[in-house]
Amino acid sequence: MSSAIPFSAQLINLFAAVILLLAFAMLAQRRILALVNLFALQGLTLCLATLVAAVTTSQVHLYYSAGLTFMLKVLLLPWILHRLVRKLNVKSEVEALINIPTTMLVGIVLVMVAFNVALPISELSHTITRGTLGIALAVVMLAFLMMITRQKAITQVVGFLSMENGLFLAATSATYGMPMVVELGIALDVLVGVIILGVFFFQIRDQFDSLDIRNMEQLKDN
Amino acid sequence: MDFFILMLAIPLVSGALLTVVGEREWAPNLNIIASLGTFAAAAGLTVEIIANGPRFAFGEQFFIDSLNVFFVALTAFVGLTTSIFSGPYMKNEREHGKLSAPRLRLYKSMYQLFMFTMLAALTTNNLGILWVAMEAATLTTVLLVSLYRTPASLEAAWKYFILCGVGIAQALFGTILLYFAAERVLGESGNALLWTHLIDVKGQLEPTIMALSFIFLLVGYGTKVGLAPLHNWLPDAHAEGPTPVSAVLSGLLLNVALYAILRCKVLADGAIPGDFAGNLMMGFGLFTLLVAAFFLSRQKDVKRMFAYSSIEHMGLITFAFGMGGPVANFAGLLHMTMHSLTKSAIFFAVGHATQKTGTQLMENIRGLIKINPLIGWGLMLGTLAILGMPPFGVFASEFMILTHAMKYHPWATPILLLGLGVAFAAIFGKVQPMVFGETEAKRLPHAPAITPVFLHLGIVLMLGLYIPPYLTRWFHEASRMLG
Repeated sequence: MSSAIPFSAQLINLFAAVILLLAFAMLAQRRILALVNLFALQGLTLCLATLVAAVTTSQVHLYYSAGLTFMLKVLLLPWILHRLVRKLNVKSEVEALINIPTTMLVGIVLVMVAFNVALPISELSHTITRGTLGIALAVVMLAFLMMITRQKAITQVVGFLSMENGLFLAATSATYGMPMVVELGIALDVLVGVIILGVFFFQIRDQFDSLDIRNMEQLKDN
Repeated sequence: MDFFILMLAIPLVSGALLTVVGEREWAPNLNIIASLGTFAAAAGLTVEIIANGPRFAFGEQFFIDSLNVFFVALTAFVGLTTSIFSGPYMKNEREHGKLSAPRLRLYKSMYQLFMFTMLAALTTNNLGILWVAMEAATLTTVLLVSLYRTPASLEAAWKYFILCGVGIAQALFGTILLYFAAERVLGESGNALLWTHLIDVKGQLEPTIMALSFIFLLVGYGTKVGLAPLHNWLPDAHAEGPTPVSAVLSGLLLNVALYAILRCKVLADGAIPGDFAGNLMMGFGLFTLLVAAFFLSRQKDVKRMFAYSSIEHMGLITFAFGMGGPVANFAGLLHMTMHSLTKSAIFFAVGHATQKTGTQLMENIRGLIKINPLIGWGLMLGTLAILGMPPFGVFASEFMILTHAMKYHPWATPILLLGLGVAFAAIFGKVQPMVFGETEAKRLPHAPAITPVFLHLGIVLMLGLYIPPYLTRWFHEASRMLG
């Protein structure tokens, strides 16, 4: 590592660290609306990180992808999720399978694993954002952990979207983002996925009277 | 007229059209006509590719060579026969009060869109678009799995979405790593994810990154193939969704996911010294085969059992491609064809059988041969075919895989034989009383479509006895692409 890290790179590292902290905050958050807000905040930080990268490297398509992130992850998806939570009348208390302090400890271990996995790759990268690859992988793993430990269907979806944030950060940090057509395709898939899930939630609720996935453990091999 | 554009446009347009017109008397026929059109275009494209060699479409974004045109033809064919099968099947479901008109509309439009996403995934040259299309294929089928809106089907669809979503997220990370490796060689242009560009520089891709990338891609797309230990969604989705959906999931979607792995394997093989990708695939394949074989004997639900059989065969095919080389690749492609045709025929027969008896529990399905000899024989012959009995084509491909394994990887032979043997005992023991037993069941309001069952089995039988030379050439050509 060189001794002098340029200011923009420091800024991006800072934003990446904030994204990681937000991932931890999401892991600890019990209330569902606050969780959605944290997700929106994570999206906003991601957007800012991308924007700084865009300004520093003057890559035009990074501006577009920052805009896309803003539209999708700061405005549209949180809005849809808020509406869903309100319409479905989800009770605010999120029940976790494992208690929160244990989850946090597991999370810390995952972060260490992620940094070790990412180390050989970020050494090969020449982008100014390369230091954040480990963080990106850590965010993916924390989101994965959240999906495993939570009981409510809607929380799992927030976890899924947060995982997508991590992947997006990985793409930006390793390579300055994927080609535009691919990024658009991914955004479309995420959007359609959330809309389909919205429809799906109503079906689940009509059938089970709740969005608790513990109701959905009937299918087993006996 | 461009066959390729037609092939993609027909399912897309007819999917929209079927949404607009809604459930009419003639809507099932429109579904069949659209599938027929897609198949005709795919056939035209196949002839064109065989005659003129590989080609691009839409700049370099789409690329069709003898490997993927083979999958395209298979997909369009099974798509056509499944739409024929689903006509009377879905009408019967409606008469039984299981489905309403809006859901039938949803089914037909999503069916066409599903075809579109699979054909797009197969023909795209861009590995990023491949990912997008694979994810879209999941999204189009989630609501189909939960079509009956029963608690069990909702649970199955939820599992399907979450597990495949997590899996496909791994594949996206793999794709990002691949792009990272490629960008170092090809530069920051839109070309760095184009397979035809990557294949030219595969030797220069950084091995460490490619190894990591391939692991993520294999685990990610492998979830969709149904490779153990990430196969849990597959039996649920197959058992709880409508039977035509089970048939296309098993016969087509698994193939498309495996195709994605194969494309990535070619790149990984070029970049990584040694046989890293192949060994990984062999390991996953054998493990999957064994897990599925031992789960088979514990099944009570007939569709669930055949879903496990699909997992078993996917394991075998993954193993075959893992061995690599022209012979094993040839056997793998042949086995994929045979499995698609046979398994969808079995699901057609099982669909009619469960409709007649009103249950999916095997212990309550008895004496199919008395209720309807054609369905009974269809199920029996299909089962014999999938278990690898000669003279059906599955025997030929399994025999090739086994002998190749004996020659080059003798350690794997006992595991393969054990898996296949256990599967044989489990499936045959359960299907036999279902077909020949005592029963009293009533007739169906709409006569079932038996033709697709015997059409598929006829082709499988023919290919077991005689593979036409042009087909052999075509398979050889495709296996060469896989290195």
